[in-house]
Amino acid sequence: MSRIAAVFANLRAEGRAALIPFVEAYDPNRATTIELLTGMATHGADIIEIGVPFTDPMADGPTIQAAGRRALDAGASLHGVLDIVREFRSANNHTPLVLMGYLNPILSYGVDAFTQDAAAAGVDGLIVVDLPTEECDLLLPAATLNELDVIRLIAPTTSDERLPKVLEGSSGFVYYVSITGITGTRTASAADLARDIPRIRRATSLPIAVGFGVRTPEHAATIAGFADAAIVASALIEKLCATNVATVLEDVAALAAGLRTAVKIPA
Amino acid sequence: MNELLKNSLRSGPDGRGRFGEFGGRFVAETLMPLILELETAYEAAKADPSFQSEIDYYLKHYVGRPSALWFAERLTKSLGGAKIYFKRDELNHTGAHKINNCIGQILLARRMGKTRIIAETGAGQHGVATATVCALFGLPCTIYMGAVDVERQKPNVFRMKLLGAEVVPVKSGAATLKDAMNDAMRDWVANVRDTFYIIGTAAGPHPYPAMVRDFQCVIGNEARAQLHEAEGRLPDVAVAAIGGGSNAIGLFHPFLDDAAVQLIGVEAAGHGLDSGATAASLSRGRPGVLHGNRTYLLQNDDGQILEAHSISAGLDYPGIGPEHSWLHDIGRVEYVAITDNEALEAFQLCTRTEGIIPALEPAHALAYVAKLAPTLDADKIILMNLCGRGDKDIFTVAEHLGVNL
Ligand SMILES: Cc1ncc(COP(=O)(O)O)c(C=O)c1O
Repeated sequence: MSRIAAVFANLRAEGRAALIPFVEAYDPNRATTIELLTGMATHGADIIEIGVPFTDPMADGPTIQAAGRRALDAGASLHGVLDIVREFRSANNHTPLVLMGYLNPILSYGVDAFTQDAAAAGVDGLIVVDLPTEECDLLLPAATLNELDVIRLIAPTTSDERLPKVLEGSSGFVYYVSITGITGTRTASAADLARDIPRIRRATSLPIAVGFGVRTPEHAATIAGFADAAIVASALIEKLCATNVATVLEDVAALAAGLRTAVKIPA
Repeated sequence: MNELLKNSLRSGPDGRGRFGEFGGRFVAETLMPLILELETAYEAAKADPSFQSEIDYYLKHYVGRPSALWFAERLTKSLGGAKIYFKRDELNHTGAHKINNCIGQILLARRMGKTRIIAETGAGQHGVATATVCALFGLPCTIYMGAVDVERQKPNVFRMKLLGAEVVPVKSGAATLKDAMNDAMRDWVANVRDTFYIIGTAAGPHPYPAMVRDFQCVIGNEARAQLHEAEGRLPDVAVAAIGGGSNAIGLFHPFLDDAAVQLIGVEAAGHGLDSGATAASLSRGRPGVLHGNRTYLLQNDDGQILEAHSISAGLDYPGIGPEHSWLHDIGRVEYVAITDNEALEAFQLCTRTEGIIPALEPAHALAYVAKLAPTLDADKIILMNLCGRGDKDIFTVAEHLGVNL
């Protein structure tokens, strides 16, 4: 079983949702990223999403844009991100790592070489924001060959008719972008989730993670009532920027505790 | 496929929005349903004769088309060689070719029931054209413009505001056209239901490259007929400047299947092709994905997009429309590059010999024409797209000439 599938199988048995914190690689430097990844894994992160910096992050709000800029200034590259994954894996072989980024650095690396190297480094899944299902034949065969999960984004604008097409070839989990907008701006309400999650459930048996605008333990708990995982990004990046790694890890622990208080809402 | 079109270079893109390996629809899932809706709406509009007659009405009575075809006789004499004709799209309402496309897109937006318009702009010409059609149809309009461009194109910023548009200066990245396009896309993602994004060049996710091209083909279609009337034949060479490539594809497309017509696109070399400060994506880029399409891009070894540089804000973009990437790879169009200084010289040459102040964008095309014409016989004909007027650029030019206004 893949690391991601194993995590969700265990959590199902425990009856709780997963916490997926996000780390922008190299923000503000490589050493901090290693500290964050290692620390998050022991402070309640079930899976960690690593943002791969890109000059033109079109789906991201000001917080992740600025983080990406700092990261590139610190010398970030896709090769460097895989190197971070290798270092993390030398001490942790169980926490799944998912890379989230944009297509061009992958194309530039070469799709075959990248999927091979990523799998060998210990990456478990890929989220490529600007690669919709219509263009996914560019990545899917190579990712599948190397046993990397290709995690699809589903948006509020994705119609019921379109869902099966978007889910084609996806594995690991599905990522529900809970608002129409960029990262770190608005937050979906319980009513939004009650409306949106069941229709995705009907279309897939994969776990559903909810992201974009999740900021507090309370939000995370609300999400856990409906979905299988909460993804937290901008709030943690802002905290890191304002304070330090230790404080971010406290927040991660608080988010994890928040998830444990969640009351499952029957679908 | 239609038998007649099988051997045509004009039949692209394919069903996936590709020109060869270029183009496509590389957008986030949030936007994908909209892109598909737009494609369906555009196909329906194209099939409806009333859509084209609406466009024709506004182009004739509002934009002032057809634009003149001008035999640049003094320039021809002073360069000594091929006959030079200008397609004078700088005479359009708002002063550039950009409005041809805006008329088409806003009429489509209205058909689709969209109530708010957004756009990106570099030189401000597309922003002004968009703000203009929004004023004409009474739609609210937000224009994203790089903060650097806001500074170097002040007259156009004020024009947009007078027209009732909100101008948002974009400070991310190099604060130029690429960054403005990023922020316009971010706005679109957040306002998908009511907002129509009028992209200003023949780039972006399918169907934009094809749609913008179709709206700009009026340039080449008119020029072809006008030159036929004036000279009874086709041009030997057609030349146009390339930012994203909309005025160039509008001029070239109607001639793609005429093998005898040589087509030349002029990119901005900036300080020089190998200076590290250039906007020549075909000459110095390689294929990649940005802003929804696969195309040639200026990028580093890691696939990070590089900042472009050109004195001309409208050419200051690290990418190019996908159809040009394809035409480059198949060798149908030749792409050359002209530096800032060469463009400045051509700007002055045109002004003094023809009494036409060109925009800095077509000044790049003219700089190449000035090199080419003397190498050709006097019975050859060069058709150049004079796609914009230079009023917006007088501050930039004054600064480079050391004049304090
Ligand atoms: C006068 C003029 N020409 C050319 C361009 C470049 O755009 P395109 O290559 O799409 O024609 C611009 C863009 O702002 C412009 O204003």
